[in-house]
Amino acid sequence: MEALININKLNLFYGAFHALKDVSLTIPEKAITAFIGPSGCGKSTLLRTLNRMNDMIPGTRIEGGIAIGGTEIYSNEVDVETLRKKVGMVFQQPNPFPKSIYDNVAYGPRLHGITSKRELDEIVETSLKSAVLWEEVKDHLKRSAFGLSGGQQQRLCIARALAVNPNILLMDEATSALDPISTLKIEELAQELKDKYTIVMVTHNMHQAARVSNQTVFFLNGEVIEYSDTEKLFSNPTDQRTEDYISGRFG
Amino acid sequence: MPGQGLQTVSKAQTASKEIYDFKNKRVSIMNKVMPILLFLCASVSVLTTIGIVVTLISETYQFFQKIPIFDFLFGTKWSPLIPPKSFGVLPLLSGTLMITFIACLVAIPLGLASAIYLSEYAPKRVRKIVKPILEVLAGVPTIVYGYFALSLVTPLIQSIFHSAGVFNALSAGIVVGIMIIPMVSSLSEDAMSSVPRSLRDGAYALGATRFEVALKIVVPAAFSGIVASAVLAFSRAIGETMIVTVAAGSTPNMTVNPLESIQTMTAYIVQVSLGDTPHGTIEYGSIFAVGMTLFVITFLLNILAQYIARKFREEY
Repeated sequence: MEALININKLNLFYGAFHALKDVSLTIPEKAITAFIGPSGCGKSTLLRTLNRMNDMIPGTRIEGGIAIGGTEIYSNEVDVETLRKKVGMVFQQPNPFPKSIYDNVAYGPRLHGITSKRELDEIVETSLKSAVLWEEVKDHLKRSAFGLSGGQQQRLCIARALAVNPNILLMDEATSALDPISTLKIEELAQELKDKYTIVMVTHNMHQAARVSNQTVFFLNGEVIEYSDTEKLFSNPTDQRTEDYISGRFG
Repeated sequence: MPGQGLQTVSKAQTASKEIYDFKNKRVSIMNKVMPILLFLCASVSVLTTIGIVVTLISETYQFFQKIPIFDFLFGTKWSPLIPPKSFGVLPLLSGTLMITFIACLVAIPLGLASAIYLSEYAPKRVRKIVKPILEVLAGVPTIVYGYFALSLVTPLIQSIFHSAGVFNALSAGIVVGIMIIPMVSSLSEDAMSSVPRSLRDGAYALGATRFEVALKIVVPAAFSGIVASAVLAFSRAIGETMIVTVAAGSTPNMTVNPLESIQTMTAYIVQVSLGDTPHGTIEYGSIFAVGMTLFVITFLLNILAQYIARKFREEY
């Protein structure tokens, strides 16, 4: 697997708080990488540097580099909006817009200048199909997105992210607010999507990481302790702290 | 001594009785009196409102015994003091509406823009300083605004439009607009700030710019609050008295030219109240009819604001 994202000696500070310490990591293309670790270990922070969502938090300072497909994303020439178009994100809580199902998915394409009804219809349909939601909602696309269940809302948010045609999909604990069946559906969906997209997911749930991901990264106190193939990390970790965490001794 | 021992025992008994005496008379009286007292305080404002409405209605009724209501509502000439007397309210209404229209033209764009700036762009520190300052603007006495209009804005307008009179609707309208900016911006900003972060994040993550997020996510989600603030500002502008009395003139004038002197309903009421019009005359009665008209308009606007706020609420 080719490395798509190269993180090189990344340090991140929130004011005086040193949130990420010398993180170096490569993330392979068209595979699922899972970030695991106890709360406050920096895994979500690192995820949010990949589409520069941290930019909006005042007092954030970054040293070191992140290159996606060879482009340094924190360089001055990078247009943040274009970056975010290419690096989609799904959040912990489903956050559909207070609009119809159709308008939620069409929101991104419209933002980026697509106005033709036919084109939008097509994007909405393919995106909803990719997010395995089409069959459930195709007859009432004009209904409010708030009428959907939590799991459906989350798949709608995935469809919304896919509609702008990203290469990378970030999932920030995307199943932690969902019931087990909806969680399973999202996990299956992630498995399908990895053929086309590079997926990076933060998860609280070690079993989820073990079930779904190809590569797992273990974080502790802002540092990467260990990363390797998921199978190897869970069966034969090299670091004692990793072993303690995955065997449930802390966290 | 045995007597002494007995005394100590009975003392201890009384002490324990005092401890377990839950009948605190002071508190129980307070509990009965306070609600009544508070109710009386609350009813003062309710009774005042009822009193005002009753007076308005009865005086207006007497006025309409002498002047046909049709002539009042649809007459185009308002000349209550100088014969031939005529009581058509439309000139006053058009004056009021012109002031209100100009004021809203000033206040809604500016107020909305500052609300968007404060809620979406301003760093926390700037917001902490600017918001209270904007709200101080709302506390400036309106007579000060009136002189501001007359002594600063009017000369400015006259230097641009030479036909403008000393008293003109434009100057008063602009200043009424400035006065209600804080109302629009403050209420709209409250509505925008309460739009959840997660909605903004969702849009940012799709590659929306700050401006796009403000315009296409925050404003629609806060729309009901924004409309309500605009309608409230509108009804505030309709009822504004001091600025228009000082700067807009006292010429009931059915015109669309904002450079001319006009008279609003409120300014007319001031004029008659200050003059030596004897009680019981038609002229005197006319201020109640005009007041009633004002009351009905603002009342309907408030209902409209509530209806809009409910109807356009985007759930999130």
